[in-house]
Amino acid sequence: MKYLEAIRLALGEILAEEPRAFFYGQDIAGPFGGAFKATKGLSERFPGRVLNSPIVEDAMAGLAIGAAMEGARPIIEYQFADFASIAFNQLVNHAATTYWRTGRSCPLVIRLPVGGTPGGGPFHCQMPEGWLTHHPGLVVVAPATVADAYFMLKDAVACRDPVCVLEHKYLYYHLESDFDPATAEHLGLGRAALRRRGEDLTIISWSGMVHRALAAAAELESAHGIAAEVLDLRCLKPLDAESILASLAHTGRVLIVHEGFPYGGVAAEVLALCCERGFAWLDAPPQRLSARDTPVPFHPDLFAAYLPDERAIVQAALELASF
Amino acid sequence: MSDPELRRRLYRVMVLARACDDRVAALKAQGEIAGSAFLGRGQEAFSGAAGLCLRPGDVFAPAIRDQAARLAFGETPLDVMRVVLGRRTGWMRGRDGNIHRGDWSRGILPFISHLGAMAAPVAGVLLARRLGGRLGDTVGAIAIGEGGMNTGALHEALVVIGVERLPVVLLVADNCYAYSTPRERSYACRDLAERAAGYGFAAQRCDGTDADDCLRACQAAFAAARRGSGPQMVVADLLRLAGHGTHDDASYVPAELRSRYGDCLPLFERTLIREGVLSAEEAERTRAQCRAEVEAALQQARSEPAADAATDEWRVYSESDLLNLRWRR
Repeated sequence: MKYLEAIRLALGEILAEEPRAFFYGQDIAGPFGGAFKATKGLSERFPGRVLNSPIVEDAMAGLAIGAAMEGARPIIEYQFADFASIAFNQLVNHAATTYWRTGRSCPLVIRLPVGGTPGGGPFHCQMPEGWLTHHPGLVVVAPATVADAYFMLKDAVACRDPVCVLEHKYLYYHLESDFDPATAEHLGLGRAALRRRGEDLTIISWSGMVHRALAAAAELESAHGIAAEVLDLRCLKPLDAESILASLAHTGRVLIVHEGFPYGGVAAEVLALCCERGFAWLDAPPQRLSARDTPVPFHPDLFAAYLPDERAIVQAALELASF
Repeated sequence: MSDPELRRRLYRVMVLARACDDRVAALKAQGEIAGSAFLGRGQEAFSGAAGLCLRPGDVFAPAIRDQAARLAFGETPLDVMRVVLGRRTGWMRGRDGNIHRGDWSRGILPFISHLGAMAAPVAGVLLARRLGGRLGDTVGAIAIGEGGMNTGALHEALVVIGVERLPVVLLVADNCYAYSTPRERSYACRDLAERAAGYGFAAQRCDGTDADDCLRACQAAFAAARRGSGPQMVVADLLRLAGHGTHDDASYVPAELRSRYGDCLPLFERTLIREGVLSAEEAERTRAQCRAEVEAALQQARSEPAADAATDEWRVYSESDLLNLRWRR
C-alpha cells in the first residue's frame, strides 16, 4: 500500500465510523478527488460529507473552528501547506487559543501537504512546522511511514484538540509498504519511534527526511562501520522529550536532519532540549542539517543542492562520530 | 411601526447597555480594569435592535460595540463585570478580557481581535447544523463595522456564506471611524450595502440613530434569513460616540459631524414619550433600575476570586495524554 492510499483508506474509514466528520477543501469532491487524489471516490461514497470550498484558505479554517465548536469533526485539506499561511490567523490565533481561552475543546484536523519535489519552487514545497509549532495550542504531527499516514490521521480525528497533519508530497506516490492496518503496530499520536537501532550516534528526523536519514544510516554501517540510531519524531508538538533524551543517553551524539529552514523551528527546539536536559550525556556538540536559509528553489539542480542529501548526512555523521 | 412592547424592550436594552458601558468606563478611569475598555455608545439602537431579533438557539458573533445586542441575546451585566475584572468565575477566567468574551454553549462567540475572523466560524456552526440535520430556523448574526468590512477574513467568509446560502444576517455598523480613520478612507463605494449583491446577500439600510428604523430593518432581515431567503446584510449609518477605546478621546472627529448625528438613546426616549409609549417617570425608573442592576453585578463580581497565577490550570490542550492518544472505535 502506498502512503497516499493509506491516507485515502483512513479518510474513508473516518467518514464511515465517525458520523460527525466531514471534509472541506478545494477540489476535493467529485471525480477529481483533490489535487493529490487523497479524497478520490469519497464524495460518491459519502454524499454531502465531502465539500468543495471556494479558494478561501482563511475561511476554511474559520469555518472548521465553528463546526468543531458546534460538535462536528471537520477535516480540512489545504491544497499545499504553503497556502495555509493565508490562514495563519485562524490557525494560530483562533483554533490554537480556543481551549485556553474558553475551556472548550476545538477538535479539528488540518491536512497539510508539505515538502519539496523537484520543480515545485518557493510556494509549493515549504515545511510549515516552524510557525505552526511556535504558537501554543496546536498539535503538529508529521507521519513518515505508510502506517503512520493511516494511524496518525485517525488519531488526529480522535483528538479533541486542533491537529495539523503534515503529509509529505513526495511520499504520497513514492513510499510503499506491505502495511496491514489489522496487524501493524499502532503507536500513540505523540510518541517518537525508533526506526533503526545503533550505538554510535542518533539521527533525529521527521517527515520525508526520515528516509534519507535511514539510507545514510545504512551507508554509515556498511561503508564506515558506524551504527547510527534513527529516531523519527512523528509528533513535532508536543515533543516526545523522553524518547529523544533516552536515545541521546544511549549514544551521546545527536544529529538533527530535516527539510525545513534552518533558523529557529523544530530542529532548534530539539537541539535546545538536548543541551538543556541532556547535557550530561553529550559526548559531542549536537548538530543540525537543514535546508538552506533561502526560499525553496525551482530548478531541480538548485533544489537538489538546497536540501541535505544522503552524502551530506553521512559526512555530518562522520564528523560527529569522530568528535 | 413595531409594537409598543418591543419598543419598550429595546429602550430598556439600550439603557442597560449604556449603564454597563458607563460603569465600565468609570472602572477603567478608577484603575480597576487592566488594558483598555471599549464602549458601544451611540450604537445601542442598531445593536439592541439586532439583538432583540435573535432567539435562543441562534448564534451571534458580536463585534467591539455590541453591548446592547449581547444583553438582548442573554448576556448579563454580571457576565460583563466578571470578564472585565478578570474573575475566575467569568467566561474567560482572566485569560482574556474586555470585549473578547463569549460562551460557545450559549451561542455568543468569544471575539478575537482580528476583525472579520468571527464570520467564518458562524458559517461553520450553521454548516455543521445543516449537515447534522438540526439547522431548523436558527440563524447566525455577524457584527462588523465599516473598517472590518475590508478584511480578507470577512470577504472570504461572506463568499462561503453566499455560496452555501446560509441563514446569516451581517450587521454592518458604519460608524464613520475605524479607530481614527474616516469612512472615506475605508471605502470608495456609495455605501456598503452596494457590496451585498457581490456576495449574494440581500441588503437593508437603516438610520442607526433611529431605533425604530433599526428595528424595522433588522426584523425584515432576520425574518428573511429565518424563512430561507438566503443571507442578509443590514447597514446602519451612525456615529461612534466614544473613542475607539477609553484611551482615545476621539478629538479627530470634527464638531460638524458630531452635530449631524444624534445620540440614539435620548432620541428614542423622546420619541417614546412623545408617542405615549413610555412616560417620563417610567424612563427615569428604567434608568435607575439599570444602574442598580449594573452596580449589583459589579459588587458581586468584585466579591469573587480573581484569576490566580499560582493555582489556576495552565494547560493549552484539552487531551490529557496526547503522547498515547489512539483512535478507538
